[in-house]
Amino acid sequence: MGRIFLVFLSVFMLSFSAIAEGKSDKFDPGATAFHHIADANVFSIGPWSIPLPCILYSKDSGWSFFSSSKFGIVGHHGDGHKAVDGYVLNAGSVNRVRPGQGFPTGEVELFSEQAYDEAAEGGHAMHPFKHKEIEVKELNDDGVEETKMEEITYFNYNGKDYTLDAKSTADGGLFGGGITSYYDFSLTKNVVAMLITVFLLMWMFISIAKAYKTREGKAPKGLQNFIEPIFVFIQDEVAKPFLGHHWERFLPFLMSLFFFILGLNLFGQIPFFGNANVTGNISVTLVLALFTFFVVNLNGNRNYWGHLIAMPGVPKWVLIILTPVELVGVIIKPITLMLRLFANITAGHMVMVIFVGLIFVFGQSGANAPVSYGTAIGSILLTMFMMAIELLVAFIQAFVFTILTASYIGAATEEAHH
Amino acid sequence: MTGSIVALGMGLAVIGAGMGLGSIGSKAMEAIARQPEAVGDIRSNMILMGALVEGAALIAIVMCFLVA
Repeated sequence: MGRIFLVFLSVFMLSFSAIAEGKSDKFDPGATAFHHIADANVFSIGPWSIPLPCILYSKDSGWSFFSSSKFGIVGHHGDGHKAVDGYVLNAGSVNRVRPGQGFPTGEVELFSEQAYDEAAEGGHAMHPFKHKEIEVKELNDDGVEETKMEEITYFNYNGKDYTLDAKSTADGGLFGGGITSYYDFSLTKNVVAMLITVFLLMWMFISIAKAYKTREGKAPKGLQNFIEPIFVFIQDEVAKPFLGHHWERFLPFLMSLFFFILGLNLFGQIPFFGNANVTGNISVTLVLALFTFFVVNLNGNRNYWGHLIAMPGVPKWVLIILTPVELVGVIIKPITLMLRLFANITAGHMVMVIFVGLIFVFGQSGANAPVSYGTAIGSILLTMFMMAIELLVAFIQAFVFTILTASYIGAATEEAHH
Repeated sequence: MTGSIVALGMGLAVIGAGMGLGSIGSKAMEAIARQPEAVGDIRSNMILMGALVEGAALIAIVMCFLVA
């Protein structure tokens, strides 16, 4: 037990010594937390970064396929010291240099690895990618020019500052994030974590299903013994009471939801192993909520739609108010499902980072060693306590998602009895 | 300035959710104390209600983030 704690402690220190390196810089717990919950193009295990394949597309330079090791990752921050085809690795995630600035294509060395290491040893970590706010002039809806503040990320190469494009999003930046000039289809950290979880779950359930065949009539054993109570709990406490006699039809969907969310929640809890925040990624929870939305509405019977559009026994003029409210409710339900899971898991991950960040806040970014060590002890205990709570939250959120889905399906498939 | 107003909004949202969760929790505890045999039903309904109350607070918090 003592040895495990020691290993835990040393990896912990190694992982976060990265933050302490920037002694002269003021430590920003919020920014650090946001960096740690974001998706990345490297899979970090402790202080090491494992490169992942990058699949990028932009209109002017076409498709690019390469491994993120091509960026030459230096230090714990996951910054790349090379640019490839106009792409750079900023804090573990791929960004594109905004086109039209005359940045050279192909492999370009931004700074040498040696310079980075020397700076780190000298106690002044190198931050090649910097942020600043600039004024941007743009036309608003009325055609009047107005100035807006925009935060940009830039880096210096050969004495010239180059601005980075906003991080790519699947919608091309239409729903926030700004218009981007490229699309990132890479196998990111979250995708890898999701694939690992899916394969683990598949292996688990196929082997359990086999065990039910080969050990028919015998007591459950091993993994089967562990999963059976959870499965039966969801079946008896969620599916049967909410779905009535339809429960067998929707059980596979509910079980897939529950174990998928639970698996991803728990996988994200493993310390120093990627810390993938998959269920804390709003696109993932959006897709899960969309599944629920379609299952509920495609299975809704006459009775459900009748109560939605024109409630029986309600005066006609009240319907003018009630029908829009009910219709908005149809959309609000999956939205709350999406936000609840996203916010809970993200908050859990952030709290952990911020508790660890307390060491550097109180220790003045590592300048005040005794206070740092003192806070470290308290912070580790606090973090371990939070992790225990997060373990509970992982179960509760998977359960809540499933039970709410079951209640929505139950309401949509209920037979009329009046 | 907007930052501090957003923080105030988040605080108000949390107060509301806290009051809601508190009353759900206290009533559930009371119910369990009165009818210990119904603990399973009460617990799952308590979590369901908790999730619904929390949903309102989470929407408020996300809106705060969007405004900020």
